[in-house]
Amino acid sequence: MPIDISTKSNITWCPGCPNSQILVAFRKVISDLADPENSTGRLKIENIVGVAGIGCHGKISDYINVNTFTSLHGRSIPVMTGIKCANPKLTVIGFTGDGDSYSEGLEHLLHAAKRNSDIKLFVHDNQVFALTTGQADARSPKGYKGKSTPFGSIEEPFNPLLMLLSAGATFVARTYAGDINATEKIMKAAILHKGFSFVDIIQPCITFFDTRDYLKDKLFWIDENTPKNDLNEAIKMVNVNTDKIPLGIFYSVEKSTFEEELSRGEASRPSLE
Amino acid sequence: MLKDPHSNVFTIGIGGAAGDGVRESGQSLGQLLCELGYEVYISNTYPSLIRGGHNFTRISFSKEKVWCDHNELDVLIALNEETVKLHRDELKIVRKDNKTTETFGGVIFADAFELEDVEKLGTNAVTIPMSASSKELNAPAITRNSVALGATCYLLDLDYKIMQKILADVFKNKMPEINIKLADIGYEHMRNSRGFSSRPRLEEKPRGLASSKKLLDGNTSIGLGLISAGLDSYIAYPMTPVTGLLHFLAEASPRGLASRRSLEVLEASPQVIQPENELSVINMALGMSYAGKRVAIGSATGGFMLMQESFSMAGMAELPLVVIVGQRQAPATGVPTFSSQTDLHSAIHAGHGEFPRIVIAPGDHEEAFYSGISALNLAWKYQIPVIVLMDKNLCEHSATVTIDTSMRIVERGKTVSSLSNFEIEGREYDRYAITSDGISPMVFPGIPNAVVKITSYEHDEHGITADEAGPVKAMIDKRFKKEETIHKELDEMETIKVYGHEKSRDVIVFWGSTKSPVLEAAKYLKSPVKFLQILCVEPFPKIKVSKILRDAKRIINIECNHNAQMAGLIKEKTGISVTNNILKYDSRPFDPIKLADEINSLRNDP
Repeated sequence: MPIDISTKSNITWCPGCPNSQILVAFRKVISDLADPENSTGRLKIENIVGVAGIGCHGKISDYINVNTFTSLHGRSIPVMTGIKCANPKLTVIGFTGDGDSYSEGLEHLLHAAKRNSDIKLFVHDNQVFALTTGQADARSPKGYKGKSTPFGSIEEPFNPLLMLLSAGATFVARTYAGDINATEKIMKAAILHKGFSFVDIIQPCITFFDTRDYLKDKLFWIDENTPKNDLNEAIKMVNVNTDKIPLGIFYSVEKSTFEEELSRGEASRPSLE
Repeated sequence: MLKDPHSNVFTIGIGGAAGDGVRESGQSLGQLLCELGYEVYISNTYPSLIRGGHNFTRISFSKEKVWCDHNELDVLIALNEETVKLHRDELKIVRKDNKTTETFGGVIFADAFELEDVEKLGTNAVTIPMSASSKELNAPAITRNSVALGATCYLLDLDYKIMQKILADVFKNKMPEINIKLADIGYEHMRNSRGFSSRPRLEEKPRGLASSKKLLDGNTSIGLGLISAGLDSYIAYPMTPVTGLLHFLAEASPRGLASRRSLEVLEASPQVIQPENELSVINMALGMSYAGKRVAIGSATGGFMLMQESFSMAGMAELPLVVIVGQRQAPATGVPTFSSQTDLHSAIHAGHGEFPRIVIAPGDHEEAFYSGISALNLAWKYQIPVIVLMDKNLCEHSATVTIDTSMRIVERGKTVSSLSNFEIEGREYDRYAITSDGISPMVFPGIPNAVVKITSYEHDEHGITADEAGPVKAMIDKRFKKEETIHKELDEMETIKVYGHEKSRDVIVFWGSTKSPVLEAAKYLKSPVKFLQILCVEPFPKIKVSKILRDAKRIINIECNHNAQMAGLIKEKTGISVTNNILKYDSRPFDPIKLADEINSLRNDP
């Protein structure tokens, strides 16, 4: 019997919200990776820790029956690094939002990439502050009309993939929440990557910024066989000058992690008890 | 050398520019005196810059406990001309028998003096060849301080062989041959100075080499205390005055030990991380605490204020956390390298919302050590944030202490490994289970069948978000149930200390590092008085404090702030008003002699 990580909590996302598709993909990933009867299973369920921030995405903690830590707004990433440093056996998987990682707490995101902390981050990127009922955030396009920008946002949005590549992330990918199978596959690769994994998940907000129709002919998957170890190529791939939005794994290299470096010399540390 | 009311305390000042090694020389001299068996207190004064400016270190020492350094100098080592100008008026003055002429009792050592100084100081201006000697040996300029050290040893009437023995230890990692050679030069220079050899020297003779004391600054003391309580990790972003704790623990970390000389005291060393900012510091710590590590963080109050929302999360999520907070002269960036006691209210009210916390305010170096131990253990027993409130004077000044750094007191509270009657198997583990004492059994992620859910939201016993009135109130009641349990334990602990004359109806109240000048001033008070130190400032020990203060005729509250914050707290908690405040808020510490004068004149008033 596959592992069931659902909980008794009522799901309070808007009916039809793509967050549910991310949840489905994640549950499938865990039941596969942590199933003791599955030969591909590599994780123990008790060693998985989910960390969430504040925003619609953060409700996911209540919907997965694994260890979770629901942090403050913008502060998930240092919490994740702290958990991993404390117990390197744990697989630390973060769920944050674009408001939660690209607006509040951006410094933590860049520094975690810089130090190659061995944590896995999935950003539910809906290009808007949704839980606070629709204000522009760091990913809203110029001209976005929300309650705090009734005449249109006057700022250009970040390109998170470009930002993370330059900050030193060792795994950079993007997927679309609507494509559950692709999301599952990318999540799995991100979790199995050693080092800082970053996945931007395009997740239209069907209530405050419904981009589902707009995105239909904009999203495209990069060739799966593209070499993933060339930073300059990765930068070219994510830095498109059109309105097209590339999806896929752009970059994946292995480097020593922050937690490995930190624990050097620790073997000689005697236990107190 | 001197006969005056405080002749049994000697004070040596060392002044120069930043980069001249003023502080290091003070430490070397302090260590030497400590090993001779003296009680030592060292203060460090410096502006916020890297090179230039004026740095000043002052060492007071005596056969008896020295709680605080004195302003008046027996010896001034001037590494530049500016030091002579700034401090020549601080030399101790001796009144001669006929009481009409005053003469300087202290001497100044310098490479050279300007004419006006020689005219003013006479034979108290003593030229010693500091720079010339170090140049002759092709040694770095900083080593010139050792010439003055040797000259000072002569003044102390220290046996030449004993001096060499101790200096070999003091300089063991700092160019020992050159430094000892230069000290010899200073010593010999004084011995051969004609005008000087007839002069009386320091009368207090050292007691010998039998001292078991250590000379430590407050940052090191509390660091050792945290280690004694089983500290696993220390996380901090640099900020004066707590940066020294980060430096000390970084040297002691496994990486430090692997790559550098070993530190004798530390067989159990913590992991040390310096992240991108204070928000990262505290949130990393919360993650570590959740995963089962004993973690402490540290900053000045300014840095701690950046962490407020996350401090509140430690209260909500019931994560054990220790925060070392160092006060300095505020508001804002303030006077960053000088002290204050302005953050009592900030500390006890830290974080939004209502949740139990403990705030300990150690007053001296030994208390800093024991506070480190208590803080970590209390945080774990009650699964709460605990603050140790220090300040610049306590963090960075050094004193001789008698502490056993090898002691290990590690209390883990209700963690799963210590609970024999707690079975996880077969039922759901509830991180926030409601219990009779409010404390829930604590399990860390990684244990089969236990799902550990922590959240910043209000939650049910399992850790699932809750916003219905019933569960919200139940969880708040649970957290405050812990506070009742905390009160019971604190009643048994030394949350206040009483000194002085038990029967006196005048009570002097103080907290934190003000203990240092107050107890030193106590030596010079004209009539006996009772002293009350408040060591635990939250929860406030109101019953104990009321008992001491309710029958007092006069209550003199002494603290380093403008608003008399402790007086306000006493009034709030006990209803008792203090009768007099002695407040200092110019960022400089009290001089014990001037403080004694002030207390004496206050008590003379009807």
